[in-house]
Amino acid sequence: MSDATVTQTSFTAKARKPRMRVNGSAVVMGCYLLFLLLPIYWLLMMSLKTNTEILNTFTLWPDNLTFNNYLTILTDASWYMGYVNSLIYVVMNTVISVVVALPAAYAFSRYHFLGDKHLFFWLLTNRMAPPAVFALPFFQLYSSVGLFDTHIAVALAHCLFNVPLAVWILEGFMRGVPKEIDETAYIDGYSFGRFFIKIFMPLIASGVGVAAFFCFMFSWVELLLSRTLTSVDAKPIAATMTRTVGASGIDWGVLAAAGVLTIVPGALVIYFVRNYIAKGFALGRV
Amino acid sequence: MEKTVNQKAWFLVLPVLLLVAFSAVIPLMTVVNYSVQDSFGNNQFFWWGIGWFEELLHSDRMWSALWRQLAFSAIILAIEVPLGVFVALNMPKKGFWASFCLVLMSLPLLIPWNVVGTIWQIFGRVDIGLLGYTLAALGIDYNYTQDAVDAWITVIVMDVWHWTSLVALLGYAGLQSIPDAYYQAAKIDQASRWKVFRYIELPKMMGVLMIAILLRFMDSFMIYTEPFVVTGGGPGNATTFLSIDLVKMALGQFDLGPAAAFSLMYFLVILLISWVFYTVMTNLEKREG
Repeated sequence: MSDATVTQTSFTAKARKPRMRVNGSAVVMGCYLLFLLLPIYWLLMMSLKTNTEILNTFTLWPDNLTFNNYLTILTDASWYMGYVNSLIYVVMNTVISVVVALPAAYAFSRYHFLGDKHLFFWLLTNRMAPPAVFALPFFQLYSSVGLFDTHIAVALAHCLFNVPLAVWILEGFMRGVPKEIDETAYIDGYSFGRFFIKIFMPLIASGVGVAAFFCFMFSWVELLLSRTLTSVDAKPIAATMTRTVGASGIDWGVLAAAGVLTIVPGALVIYFVRNYIAKGFALGRV
Repeated sequence: MEKTVNQKAWFLVLPVLLLVAFSAVIPLMTVVNYSVQDSFGNNQFFWWGIGWFEELLHSDRMWSALWRQLAFSAIILAIEVPLGVFVALNMPKKGFWASFCLVLMSLPLLIPWNVVGTIWQIFGRVDIGLLGYTLAALGIDYNYTQDAVDAWITVIVMDVWHWTSLVALLGYAGLQSIPDAYYQAAKIDQASRWKVFRYIELPKMMGVLMIAILLRFMDSFMIYTEPFVVTGGGPGNATTFLSIDLVKMALGQFDLGPAAAFSLMYFLVILLISWVFYTVMTNLEKREG
């Protein structure tokens, strides 16, 4: 009898309390998201205005909607080549990072070997190393081997922080796969290579996706190293943008449009990785 | 998971080792090399011992950049961590709105850093930016290119805008791992909202929060692009943080020796914090596993 009363009261309490909290939470989340989106909204609106409208009148919404700013970027080689260059070195870097990180992450997740802990820690220090420290030595190193202003130079330079990142993230995913699977496969006569590609890779497919996404992203957002290592042929979009800033008569509309276009790659895939964002940023440790 | 000892695993790690050695060890050795030499120009170098390091320890420029850096990191941590936890507690637990919030909150994290700078540079301008214009219309004297305090506020608000979501997402991931039974037990005990937070949610979030704090500290400690684009380190030297100063010294003035000594000290600090980070991580995993 008394049990029934307890359930009864707890049930009504449950029904009442969440609704109160959801309302308060909704307000908090609404304010926070507004704070996040307002600057992005402003950038987007500016990219759709003409320069005269930007400079002379203050409007929350473009009076004469124009796509000329985007047209300028997509037709002017000095602008769109920036995107092409960025994409080339980012993709190169992502492929290199994930390919070398896969076997290493497997080794760290499955075996003990001499100096494994120190090695793992050393990788972390590279993820944490300030790019500013490496800017000058990279410049000299890549100049001396004749790689200055090439895509591969930037791709290799970004390996500094992306390879450790990929190793840590992949290790985080691989430790979740039971070891019995490896052992069974070896008993069944699989060689290491076949086991890895046929059985293991499908099991950690989401991990590979997340690692690739984060390599792509961190290489895409980096400016200092990519700017230092390039001048003309491999100049990334980020450098193209900063060089326009400060020159007399900035074309604000085009600058805003270029900014919007750099957000697009991240915005396209964000939905698919939404549940892994925290895990990726925390180096696979959540 | 029980790991077996296998020294052959070294072969699997070898590619990473070679690649990272090429992109980290060789450049770092160049830095060490420069830090103990001076030059007359024309690529003629001579031994200078620890001279640059001594000079560095007495240089006002380095110390003021370091204090600015520490102040910046402390301020953004003090704002982002409580705010991030607060947001995480208010996020919808599941369903459409949870995905909706996750996607929108992740958006600033994926914007290229120089574009983050550009966004705020435009947003804060008095003539064409929403924020600057509104403040000016309200009669507040705000100009981030002239006034040091305004520049600081702009850079800090920008960082809060950019990275609070990271703390919130990590906190949210920690909250998701709390079994419902805990909340039910709290309800039976008629625990207050504060007590639920203090004794259930906070301890469960502590691990991920430590990671978030350390990551934010590290990344804010080497911040370069965003303040560089917004303020260029100015007005004067008001927002010249360590990385900005170092790049100015190394690539702008080409002062190889002092810049190299500076780099090494910077790197040692980072190494120390990395070690704390690693220790926290491994302890955390031991406790859970």
